[in-house]
Amino acid sequence: MSIANWTKKSTRILAATLAVSASLVGAAQAQETIKVGVLHSLSGTMAISETTLKDAMLMLIEEQNKKGGVLGKKLEAVVVDPASNWPLFAEKARELISKDKVVAVFGCWTSVSRKSVLPVFKELNSVLFYPVQYEGEESERNVFYTGAAPNQQAIPAVEYLAKEEKVERWVLAGTDYVYPRTTNKILEAFLKSKGVKSEDIMISYTPFGHSDWQTIVADIKKFGSAGKKTAVVSTINGDANVPFYKELANQGIKATDIPVVAFSVGEEELAGIDTKPLVGHLAAWNYFESIDTPDNKAFIQKWKAFTKNDKRVTNDPMEAHVIGFNMWVKAVEKAGSTDPDKVIDAIVGVQVPNLTGGISEMLPNHHITKPVLIGEIKDNGQFDVVWKTEGLVPGEAWSKQLEGSKDLVADWKTLKCGNYNTVTKKCGA
Amino acid sequence: MAALILNFWAHRMISFRNALRALLGPLVVVGALSSAHAGPYDDALIKLTTDNYADTDAGVAALVESGNPRAEAIIEALRAGTLLYGDGKLAIRGPAGVAVDATTATPLVASDAGSLKPVRVNNRVRRAVEAALGSMTLLSPDQRRRLDAAAAVLRSRDAAALPSLDKALAQEKVERVKIAMLEARAAIILNQPDSSPGDRLAAVATLGNLGNQNALALLANLPAGASPELTAAARQASETIAANLALWNAAQNVWYGISLGSVLLLAAIGLAITFGTMGVINMAHGEMVMIGAYTTFMVQEVIRNHAPGLFGASLFIALPLAFLIAGAIGIAIERLVIRFLYGRPLETLLATWGLSLILQQGVRTMFGPSNREVGTPEWMSGALQLGGLSLTYNRIAIVIFAFAVFATLLLVLRYTSLGLYMRAVTQNRRMAGSVGIRTSRIDALAFGLGSGVAGIAGVALSQIDNVSPNLGQSYIIDSFMVVVFGGVGNLWGTLVGAMTLGVANKLLEPFAGAVLGKILLLVAIILFIQRRPRGLFALKGRAAEA
Repeated sequence: MSIANWTKKSTRILAATLAVSASLVGAAQAQETIKVGVLHSLSGTMAISETTLKDAMLMLIEEQNKKGGVLGKKLEAVVVDPASNWPLFAEKARELISKDKVVAVFGCWTSVSRKSVLPVFKELNSVLFYPVQYEGEESERNVFYTGAAPNQQAIPAVEYLAKEEKVERWVLAGTDYVYPRTTNKILEAFLKSKGVKSEDIMISYTPFGHSDWQTIVADIKKFGSAGKKTAVVSTINGDANVPFYKELANQGIKATDIPVVAFSVGEEELAGIDTKPLVGHLAAWNYFESIDTPDNKAFIQKWKAFTKNDKRVTNDPMEAHVIGFNMWVKAVEKAGSTDPDKVIDAIVGVQVPNLTGGISEMLPNHHITKPVLIGEIKDNGQFDVVWKTEGLVPGEAWSKQLEGSKDLVADWKTLKCGNYNTVTKKCGA
Repeated sequence: MAALILNFWAHRMISFRNALRALLGPLVVVGALSSAHAGPYDDALIKLTTDNYADTDAGVAALVESGNPRAEAIIEALRAGTLLYGDGKLAIRGPAGVAVDATTATPLVASDAGSLKPVRVNNRVRRAVEAALGSMTLLSPDQRRRLDAAAAVLRSRDAAALPSLDKALAQEKVERVKIAMLEARAAIILNQPDSSPGDRLAAVATLGNLGNQNALALLANLPAGASPELTAAARQASETIAANLALWNAAQNVWYGISLGSVLLLAAIGLAITFGTMGVINMAHGEMVMIGAYTTFMVQEVIRNHAPGLFGASLFIALPLAFLIAGAIGIAIERLVIRFLYGRPLETLLATWGLSLILQQGVRTMFGPSNREVGTPEWMSGALQLGGLSLTYNRIAIVIFAFAVFATLLLVLRYTSLGLYMRAVTQNRRMAGSVGIRTSRIDALAFGLGSGVAGIAGVALSQIDNVSPNLGQSYIIDSFMVVVFGGVGNLWGTLVGAMTLGVANKLLEPFAGAVLGKILLLVAIILFIQRRPRGLFALKGRAAEA
């Protein structure tokens, strides 16, 4: 076959392909869809955590479509990759809202990525569902926080340790960025209000991706051998956790001596570690894969079938997306429209079942009610729930422990304000 | 709500039964625990079946008190997670999936074994179990068990353990275990309100002689109502210990520095060849390390599935494979990309950076974004106590390994023909070509060698870091820092550079903290490079001009 011939033939194929895809697009346009944005990093450092959430969203949307979609229309996921690059988050959010015309976005993991997209959501008036536990001190009209606020994770965990493990000395160890710093500030204030002395609190920060933990673990060991029961409250982020736990195991720190309670370590993170030496260390979340409810069983089964991988685990932020997505669907149906303003008004007060056997509700401060669970690491990488709150805990946007925020309340239903000062009676602190 | 709970309970039962059947096959059980022959022992056993941590805790204590000969086996099973309960029965699951009656140790074929579930433990129960086993296993023939037992007694400070502790001490021959037992004994005596002042003083003296962190903590926490004499003796002992410990601490920090230095050395040594001697700014160097780590993961996967007995040797099997795989990829990169870019450092930098992203995303697509579990062989876990120093085995192994790699590389460069050609090409490419060395082949081989060495570094680093697609990124900056600081083109410079940075980092960390320590170090390096742009060991003469 001559080159000319080949070129001609390939041109024809190309033309045919284009024609087919054009008609497909035409067909898709004919049957109108509702577009939903998924804004999670699929490459870069955060891909390790966020890729799972993208898959979870695709599963939820597929499932909703099987049920007939929303308002009689099929949902269509628009997935973009902000590549763990914070400014790119804002760019991609803008692209989703202005170019792709999505009506709601599910996304972000780190607080800095959320802060980066905030102005975009405000300016273009869209809706963001944020599924990760965070440091609080924020309530925005366009954002719904389906992860835990500090009072739904950090404070109950510390109370559990003080009560059940009789801990009197505290190591607050974290990665050096906004979430650990704010959480530790809240915890320090909380512990001091409970009569813990300054010399019984050790605070230590490490850079992102810290991998040489020898000195810090040795310090923790020394701090813990002062005769008082000691525990580590860890806000260490992502990748740094594996070397941290490995070093703990190597230096022989057992959970029965110095338990570590972590706020950022879930089933997904443990998948990369041999957990036998870590048995008994704790994590505080609002969901664990090991929770034994029919809803959760069904969810895990669906997840494994969807990912076609029997070893895939589920985790807390995934459950947050489940709750957030179901709340959005319910609010859209209630409002009869996907218009962000109508959804924002309709969603407050919406109740959907969570996967742990309770009914979560969207509060006027755009946070939700969740149960708080404390789990101990088991040797198979799962958690054994050793304690849970009586009922569901309502999320507080503004921490009562911090000077600057204890007088603030958020209420988007009656006050229409995210930071109303109850002392000065003014919106805007 | 009640219906929901019932439903959920039924669900749990069914799934559990299936799981157990699948796991255990024929299962054997236990006589029912009834109050017919109630005694303290049976009461204790009933407490273990209530699925309540406080009850389990009390049950363990009651079991110990009962003095029943079966108590140890039952508590041991609780520790190992093989104690099962259900319908008021207790059973112990054996290694072959056969359960025995916890009370009589006789195997029983059970029809209703499906309803048995493991007795759950939390940290509180675990502590009780450790303390209970501690006093029971002080005389165990296994040295490690005795050591654990002594540590457990030290923690519980249970006066009831004193007689068995004395008995164990009298016949203990292993020094390490003896020290642990002495420590535990002193702790009990200090803590006992009714021990005589003489005994207490003796205990303080014992602790003073032991001179470790535990002793210091015990001395600092004398119980209320201690006599002035005792307080004074304790203070004196603490001061001596504290001074002693400060010295050990400094030594410990130097060790941490050496071990961090050896990690830096491993990461940088391959770069010392590709960047140092060939002048290629290889941003994909970190990804070679990552590929080595993933090779380790794959080797372990195969071993886990096909030959679990070989697990201890998995790292040794992974080493040559990692070298070959990373080396081959290195050669491919050199042949396909870098050889067209020699003498154009900026383009090389961009091209290799692009390659590093491609490799990362490739691995992410193949293996998924999450961390992969690389196990630590038994011989690399735990720590060696050397006086006041605590050296973890995995770090010792990495230090030795780093030096071995360094020495091998030095020998290769010095005594093999490849090494000779490489040095010749580095020193004067045109002249080397004129005397008949195929410079382009040497370039490819040198790049392959550098990449291969990065690959075996990955095997070692898989033991201390995440095996994820991002593994390489965290080492690339440090590696360049070491090579530039040490002096480009000199392996010795890389060694000294890595050790200096490692030790300096670890000596700064206790004072400045991890974040500030790293910043200070970077500032120091910038200042140093300003003064000596060619690093610690600069090449001199004509080689430097090339």
